[in-house]
Amino acid sequence: MTAVIQYALYLAILVGLAIPLGAYIKKVMNGEQTVLSRILTPCENAVYKLLRVDREEQMSWKKYAAGVLAFSGTGLAFLFLLQLFQGVLPGNPQGLPGVKWDLAFNTSASFVTNTNWQAYSGESTLSYLTQALGLTVQNFVSAATGIAVLFALIRGFVKVRETGLGSFWVDMTRIVVHILLPLNLVIALLLAAGGVVQNLKPAETVPLLEPVAVSAEGEVLEDAVIDREAGTVTVDGALIPDAEIVTEQFVPMGPAASQVAIKQSGTNGGGFEGVNSAHPLENPSAFTNLIEMISILLIPAALCFTFGSAVKNKKQGIAIFMAMFLCLVVALGCIAVNEQAGTAQLAQDGAVDLSVVNQAGGNMEGKETRFGIAASATWAAFTTAASNGSVNAMHDSLTPIGGMVTMLLMQLGEVVFGGVGCGLYGMLAFAILTVFIAGLMVGRTPEFLGKKIEPYEMKWSVLVCLATPMAILVGSGIAAVVPSVMDSLNNGGPHGFSELLYAYSSCGGNNGSAFAGFNANTVFLNVSLGLVMLFARFLPVIGTLAIAGSLARKKKIAATAGTLSTTNAMFVFLLIVVVLLIGALSFFPALALGPLAEFLGGVA
Amino acid sequence: MKIIKETAPKSLGIFLVFTLLCGVLYTGAVTVLAQVFFPEQANGSIIEVDGKQYGCELLGQQYTDGAHLWGRIMNLDVSAFRDENGKPLLYAAPSNLSPAGEEYAALVAQRVEWLREADPGMDETAIPVDLVTCSGSGLDPHISPAAAEYQVPRIARARDMTEDQVREVIAACTQGRFLGVFGEETVNVLRVNLMLDGILE
Repeated sequence: MTAVIQYALYLAILVGLAIPLGAYIKKVMNGEQTVLSRILTPCENAVYKLLRVDREEQMSWKKYAAGVLAFSGTGLAFLFLLQLFQGVLPGNPQGLPGVKWDLAFNTSASFVTNTNWQAYSGESTLSYLTQALGLTVQNFVSAATGIAVLFALIRGFVKVRETGLGSFWVDMTRIVVHILLPLNLVIALLLAAGGVVQNLKPAETVPLLEPVAVSAEGEVLEDAVIDREAGTVTVDGALIPDAEIVTEQFVPMGPAASQVAIKQSGTNGGGFEGVNSAHPLENPSAFTNLIEMISILLIPAALCFTFGSAVKNKKQGIAIFMAMFLCLVVALGCIAVNEQAGTAQLAQDGAVDLSVVNQAGGNMEGKETRFGIAASATWAAFTTAASNGSVNAMHDSLTPIGGMVTMLLMQLGEVVFGGVGCGLYGMLAFAILTVFIAGLMVGRTPEFLGKKIEPYEMKWSVLVCLATPMAILVGSGIAAVVPSVMDSLNNGGPHGFSELLYAYSSCGGNNGSAFAGFNANTVFLNVSLGLVMLFARFLPVIGTLAIAGSLARKKKIAATAGTLSTTNAMFVFLLIVVVLLIGALSFFPALALGPLAEFLGGVA
Repeated sequence: MKIIKETAPKSLGIFLVFTLLCGVLYTGAVTVLAQVFFPEQANGSIIEVDGKQYGCELLGQQYTDGAHLWGRIMNLDVSAFRDENGKPLLYAAPSNLSPAGEEYAALVAQRVEWLREADPGMDETAIPVDLVTCSGSGLDPHISPAAAEYQVPRIARARDMTEDQVREVIAACTQGRFLGVFGEETVNVLRVNLMLDGILE
């Protein structure tokens, strides 16, 4: 019962915070006064002055797109070089070496595209300088880029017979200064108060209560008898020569809270530690978990309301929000039920207690005690609905159906809320498809928000909607026939195929979560996944801006009695059907080979 | 061409400004504020008694001594990190195993058998799931109250304490849900063991 209350409260808190934030973001987009203007507007103006930015500039869609690409390219190059040379740069108290080229490319592509796929483990690979100056910065600006492109699309709907979509530089500056920085300052401090580490010290060591014996080959010796004073290790009475006694534990340190805040709220998802927000120093309690988890969907949900208010049609914002919200609730329900039920392999004919008496119960493999099933299932749904990709439980250890739902959420094209900005512009492309299909059925010229939808918009919308399925299916198809990829799998059989499919779904959806047993750090996987991420990010960006540019030039047509309503329940239903049709049908064959085969194997 | 000429220098300039704002100033401000207002939490929640360190409250350790409370199954990693003298340090990783695999079923069966052996008196009681599963981080510092209760008779026997005395210690290290609703009730394993060993009051 408490679990049901938890699920309901998580959703209620999300909606309760998203509505006022959406109103705030709309003001920022239009450059209106807000409660924080007095402090933040001078900072904004200083940036314009320093860089000689013309704040009134109205860019054509091509110029706006060029700005996005040039800016992202700069970030990609900078982050790549920073990793290659981190070994000789300061801010590296652990003395970590430079990163290999293929991993550096993969990580750069991953953070620039707001994916945050990680083929490395943060605490053992990246210096504090790389984390703060490279990754944290990309977490901010890749999120801001997504929102900026959305702003341009909104202006395309609002403007009548104009060519300009606003200035990319102005949008970026406003988003970073007025929205992302203040929001994350608050989140980061709350997290630090809750026990997330935030310092610049090298990692610490603390003594263990019980020492652990390790053989000369580096294997942990179970059942060893350790004589601490003599320094000897015996197993079953036999002395083990050259055995080492581990007496201390590694405690990672560093500027985690500041990075965790933006990786959650910017739908980035790249963890400071290798195991992401499952790590007790990255997410120590139910309190920090609540903050981190709500942050995942906060901005994507708020932007729906921003959209409605900006196009002066609040009902439209609510309709889009409802389509996303309904999909989220259904997915969450599926994951929750399956994880709480656990599996027969775990239950051991009743020898293992999976009940909810004085414990979370259910499938606790890969889940933390402090989060249990409810907080882990909610996180899993949120993080794959949004293209966040952070985890507080290991998705590789979800039940077959639970794991499949998370995969499906990514394969739908990351439009169930999706990434900040990009989720909504992706969903709007689906909305354009929907009005087109619906318009054909009733024999009327399709229109959306008073703008006629013509072949030009349709072509680009189809590309935006199909970019993700193309990237995933082509990528995983090639990978499945490359022999070396087999070595990367952690589980055998259908679950092994699921690991591979999940990797490409995650990168193609710009999500970044993983079935983490999969070893992705090989040259082939680093390069191919890197390319998949870049393709799935920038093709939709260009498509969206092209649509925006074309819409802005059109005249507004008045709604008549024959106009198809895009704000009622019927439209919400149609929109969901179109999303499911394209997403789910594209992936059904692949899912049948992976998670469905595993599930049916367990039933039979 | 004209567009690229105009755009390239601007994108470099604005990138540098954002690197300064988000990388240096933001990270710096959070670090300073966190160190001033929440020094203990921001530095890893390390337990110190009379100037001596006794482990990190938030990181699980492995226990095999029958007189200690045991935590989640740990997938130990002794190769990732070493101290400055080259001695291996303990860390851990999640299993990433599918809970629906054959291999997994065998592994859990083995753990069940091992726990039955460690605690012969508990044959009739189903084993709480926390004790046979590996956590999400591999470093989970907690177990559920049910998993702690399961071990009470064993600890009491090993230490010549009454079961209620052990329960008292566990209760002192048990934390409820946040605001009574969020998350789960947890028992901090290291704190229990430090109290049992008489290091913590």
